[in-house]
Amino acid sequence: MSWMVWTLPTAIFFSSIAAMLTGMTIWELRSPSIERKGFLPISTTRGDRLFISLLSAAFIHLGIIGFTSLSIWIALALSAVWLLVLMRWG
Amino acid sequence: MTYQLENTQQGEKYNTIFSKVPAAERRKRHSRSRLRKQLLLGSYIVLLMLPLYWLLNMSLQTNSEILGSMTLWPQNLTFDNYIGIFTNPSWYMGYVNSVMYVVMNMIITMLVALPAAYAFSRYKFIGDKHLFFWLLTNLMAPPAVFLLPYFQLYYSVGLFDTHIAVALAHCLFNIPLAIWILEGFMSSVPKEIDETAYIDGYSFPKFFVKIFIPMISSGIGVVLFFLFMFSWVELLLARTLTSTDAQPIGMIMTRTSTASGIDWGTLAAAGMLTIVPGILVVYFVRNHIAKGFALGRT
Amino acid sequence: MNNKVYNNRAWLLVLPMLVLVAFSAIIPLMTVVNYSVQDVLGPNASFFTGTEWFRTMLNDSALQAAFGRQILFSLIILAIQIPLGIGIALIMPKQGWQASAVLILITLPLLIPWNVVGSIWQIFTRGDIGLMGWGLRELGINYNITRNAGDAWATIILMDVWHWTPLVAMLCYSGLRSIPEAYYQAARIDRASKWAVFRYIQLPKLTNVLVIAVLLRFMHSFMIYAEPFVLTGGGPGSSTTFLTQSLATMAIGQQDLGPSAAFSIIYFLVILLVSWVFYTTIMHLQKDKNSQGGA
Repeated sequence: MSWMVWTLPTAIFFSSIAAMLTGMTIWELRSPSIERKGFLPISTTRGDRLFISLLSAAFIHLGIIGFTSLSIWIALALSAVWLLVLMRWG
Repeated sequence: MTYQLENTQQGEKYNTIFSKVPAAERRKRHSRSRLRKQLLLGSYIVLLMLPLYWLLNMSLQTNSEILGSMTLWPQNLTFDNYIGIFTNPSWYMGYVNSVMYVVMNMIITMLVALPAAYAFSRYKFIGDKHLFFWLLTNLMAPPAVFLLPYFQLYYSVGLFDTHIAVALAHCLFNIPLAIWILEGFMSSVPKEIDETAYIDGYSFPKFFVKIFIPMISSGIGVVLFFLFMFSWVELLLARTLTSTDAQPIGMIMTRTSTASGIDWGTLAAAGMLTIVPGILVVYFVRNHIAKGFALGRT
Repeated sequence: MNNKVYNNRAWLLVLPMLVLVAFSAIIPLMTVVNYSVQDVLGPNASFFTGTEWFRTMLNDSALQAAFGRQILFSLIILAIQIPLGIGIALIMPKQGWQASAVLILITLPLLIPWNVVGSIWQIFTRGDIGLMGWGLRELGINYNITRNAGDAWATIILMDVWHWTPLVAMLCYSGLRSIPEAYYQAARIDRASKWAVFRYIQLPKLTNVLVIAVLLRFMHSFMIYAEPFVLTGGGPGSSTTFLTQSLATMAIGQQDLGPSAAFSIIYFLVILLVSWVFYTTIMHLQKDKNSQGGA
């Protein structure tokens, strides 16, 4: 496994993704999600909204890293807020 | 629907009674438009075949004739280029290697894709839509993205420069493709068939092999065609994962350019030979291919 | 489609596939992410660089140019291949031996290894030995793909049209074949014009396959590599260097693991976004159709 050159930040990153997926699965088993329509133009399930927010979080990070001199923590905070907004009202 | 059909049957009659254009004129117009269609199609096919004809033409010439003069067809027909390829193991082993990993890939992909496609076509389960989407992203992802770690990955598990390594790597895009197409074919088989079989006491594996697979055999043929196609034409991964023992023909072809110039005749002959397996495969599935291109969803 | 049973044991059927695809997709992807935040010098010599590679890659003007060229290329070939493919599908014979023969001939370019496609066109367009290059020169056109960027672009587009229009044509052809004959007869009774038949009967039936065609064509053109690599080598200059070639040069040629991994991830995210948009569109089209048909 040494060729995969793991680092602590990437390990934390993948663990949190895995934790999110597990959490969503358990939540889904406990109370199945119903498709609904929020402010997004399409009707979505809980999983769809998680995917949309993760994908947009990636682009938020890229934008902030690439084209501004802001700290990456601001990108992370922004993404977290966006995730909550999307999960609740998306 | 019945309304439509009744009307249709009377259509010709209406046409004859009410049309201002006389029947003979109508028939003439019809045949003229058909001729135009055939001409258009014919010229497209000619244009399509022209580069291939040129390759064939060059493969039947000697290098001196190729470079010496512009000839629209071979003046001194020679098969030396082909003979050269068939008598040199370092050349024809390239074809053997390519065919080997393509066939391995087809077998592996089919074994895992058939049950998975059945699951997608018959059941709802947690995360099914997201799983399906994730599969499709693998179909869309550029192999170059995965190129870097592939070398390391296959090296560390000791599969580097083997046929199975290339076959496994091609699963990346072939398994999603196979599931996508098979799912379409399977969904068009009525679900009642499964239920009847279970009532008759078939177990799942027995039902699947004895009843279900024969029912979608044309779909399987088409999927095999697509698997062949995408594994056969891919070079970037195949090239990266092999060095000598399992080198694909596409890589060996680069050998024709040497310090003393390019061996055009051999290059053309080798190129022609890479087209032959494709022709064979498409010939076998020609009657089902149209449905396959709609991914079974017609 | 609507009467699927909810059963989580279906996961057991999916599992073998999942293991295999995970082996060739997830492990490499994780490794790419790991590479992208480090400067990898050797098996046990790497140090953490954080987001530096991403910043460099996003601001690299050569890569931005390659990205621009890539988008332009994909849009051009879509604009040519989609209408052309529909046109060819409309004039293809529907039955008899001609149908089989045309089918086989048209599918042929799809089955040629991509680097051989490059070689075929390299031979075909050379000024000294190629039919097209020689012919154009005889006509007095100064055609040279190794010196003139415009010629190189035109040739690559022509090659891609030659290579991939058959796919669009085949998809449309199979879509057209699914239209019941009764529709055409009904149109004949109404004495509908050819345009009306196309607009109101054929085109609506084609939307489904056309979305697939656009998706496949966009994605494949977005990762085009072997054909232009063999034909022009990315030149003249870097006028025909597309994204995958930039990536391959960086990863294999220069062994810059960190930067090329960061680049891979950006590339992958763009692909992910586009395929998600297409996938959602396809799913909604199908849902609309199902709700119409089910009523």
